[in-house]
Amino acid sequence: MNNFKDFYSKEEKREVLSVIVINRESVLSRIVDLFSARGYNIDSLTVAPIPNSEYSRITIITVGVARVIDQIVKQLNKLVPVLKVIEHKDAIEKDTVLIKVPIEENLSDIDVIARAYNGAIQNVTHDAVVISATDEPHRIENFVNIMAKYKPLEIVRSGVVAMER
Amino acid sequence: MSYKSNNTSGQLTGSQIVIEALRRENTEVVFGYPGGAIMNVYDEIYKQDHFQHILTKHEQAAVHAADAYARSSGKVGVAIVTSGPGFTNAVTGLATAYTDSIPMVVISGQVPTAVIGTDAFQEIDAVGISRPCTKHNFLVNDVNDLTRVLKIAFHIAKTGRPGPVHIDLPKDVSADLADFNYDQEFELPTYKPTTKGNIRQIKAALKHISEAKRPVLYIGGGAVLSNCYEDIREFAHQTKIPVVETLMARGIMRHDDDLLFGMLGMHGEYAANMAMSETDMIICFGARFDDRVTGRLDTFAKKAHVVHVDIDPASIAKIVKPNYPIVGDLAIVMKQILEHTKDFEFNDYTPWVEKLHGYRKEHPLAYHEDSDRLKPQWVIQRTGELLGDDALISTDVGQHQMWTAQFYPFNYPRQWMTSGGLGTMGVGLPYAMGTKRANPDKISVNFTGDGSIMMNIQEIITCTQYNLPHINIILNNNYLGMVRQWQTRFYEDRLSETNLEIQADFTMLAQSMGGVGYKVHTKEEFDAALKDAVASNKVAMIEVIIDRREEVLPMVPNGHALDEMLLLEKSQGAK
Repeated sequence: MNNFKDFYSKEEKREVLSVIVINRESVLSRIVDLFSARGYNIDSLTVAPIPNSEYSRITIITVGVARVIDQIVKQLNKLVPVLKVIEHKDAIEKDTVLIKVPIEENLSDIDVIARAYNGAIQNVTHDAVVISATDEPHRIENFVNIMAKYKPLEIVRSGVVAMER
Repeated sequence: MSYKSNNTSGQLTGSQIVIEALRRENTEVVFGYPGGAIMNVYDEIYKQDHFQHILTKHEQAAVHAADAYARSSGKVGVAIVTSGPGFTNAVTGLATAYTDSIPMVVISGQVPTAVIGTDAFQEIDAVGISRPCTKHNFLVNDVNDLTRVLKIAFHIAKTGRPGPVHIDLPKDVSADLADFNYDQEFELPTYKPTTKGNIRQIKAALKHISEAKRPVLYIGGGAVLSNCYEDIREFAHQTKIPVVETLMARGIMRHDDDLLFGMLGMHGEYAANMAMSETDMIICFGARFDDRVTGRLDTFAKKAHVVHVDIDPASIAKIVKPNYPIVGDLAIVMKQILEHTKDFEFNDYTPWVEKLHGYRKEHPLAYHEDSDRLKPQWVIQRTGELLGDDALISTDVGQHQMWTAQFYPFNYPRQWMTSGGLGTMGVGLPYAMGTKRANPDKISVNFTGDGSIMMNIQEIITCTQYNLPHINIILNNNYLGMVRQWQTRFYEDRLSETNLEIQADFTMLAQSMGGVGYKVHTKEEFDAALKDAVASNKVAMIEVIIDRREEVLPMVPNGHALDEMLLLEKSQGAK
């Protein structure tokens, strides 16, 4: 019967959530406050308005045991400005990275690598080159790791957006 | 509309909109405190005669009083404070109401929109502070949005799982003009609380309950909030299932009901905690498996299946995963349950109830009489004998609160005002004030301790001013008693900062603020003082000198299972 302490799986899982919120009343801080107040993790967070509506979509990647994820979803739903929370099961995920490397590095090598990750050189100045890539989060992770050897001056990631297939 | 508009277009100022909205919400009393940023609203309060304004001596007390007004009447409590310190003083009141799901609307002034963010005089990020301790909050930047905000605030406060809503109103917005139409509907597409339970789930739960051997009804504060105690009593009596109540649910069952085995939890009755430990079916109505109720979680109710009815989906499976989760308003779900109860043949639970009566006989709630000193439990029982259903009972927080929960004969819901979730010392006196304001025909009694009472003592004079008589019974042990009890039990009696030997003269304190005071050492003195206090129709302080070392028992020590209780040692004279 019940063993209340272990009623969920103990295994940590990564969860992609889309939170549809009304564009009003400092809604983003409500969401972020909820995570910090209850000790939940945010691995990635992106926000943008949904076109032609009064709503915004917040995409959150969080990691936790099932019990915690379950609470996160319920607590998010409880917030007054939240319309719905989508727990993605089979989503297309995309992350974008911008990397600035010094011009001394081998540009043709960099270009080849970038293209392997659906990326390209975006801008070249007299002392640096900026490349960007958009791909699945784990591939962007690899891309950033590979680019480490070109001694990047700056790395900027967008955070993940997701859409259910 | 009762307002004569002061311009030709028929518009109202923000302050007038506030007053009109309160009138339309049938607000009959507002507790508050004026200040710079809220002065426009107070100017309109001066001009109106729809509601009474009660000026407390401290903003915290204003919010607590509004909270008790709501608890004891079921209506929405309203408080108004100014910006900055006025608001921060109100935060404890908001948090107290939030934790116990009490419907309230609190309006605070704010510096003008033009200077928000400049660290202006008496500016603080009020909505930033109130966010985690309110159900929802609003900063009104535009007077054209004010009517919507006010109407929605009252709606949110009292629907779904109730709670306090905070509105932050900048000074310029309270002076700006806008059209006012309170009859228009405002859409709230993102806020739709579930009210009806899933009928298939209810039937499945009833079937399982009917087949259980040792079911128990575990009733929480939600049962009070949804005003459905009659249906709960009906269900218990039809099925003969024994009942235990949380601290917040006292009064749902009559205290002398044969099926009620008292309060459960850390200071619960032995029989109630044993019922919870041995049950094979917990039927939870509007409770939330708080840590003070479950004790050590991995040993909690090991043999039980769980039916959990709650209006808040987030309360379900937060601590304990139920076999039958039912989201809905308990008042509606109880009707659904009663409609189908007769479809099932319930087991005969008599042997189980008999067993619980055996437990109660073995370890009843009791205390040892002492011929030299008054026992706090006696004081509470005696007050119950003398005042009974005529009294509405408030408490502060600590030993006296637990003794009152254990020993007062509660017979109906909303008879009992206590800070359960947050455990806020200092609520007692303002609770007695708000309760009396909502229930002028009842006797308002505040059981308090010598620690708690000092936290809002200044409100005696408020109650004198507004003729809100009530009786404070101070169970004085010259200690912060509950902390002292833990220090004795778990810190080898090192009484760190809990000794309150130097104290005010409570009698003089009461007299200095227009009240009456009594210092009581014996039973005869107590009886006389209580009768005199009731007759005086003033704010009364009855200081009762009690046994300094009296403890709250039973007690489940932190981290222990619910059936591992420290119990009263048996000896002669236990009552």
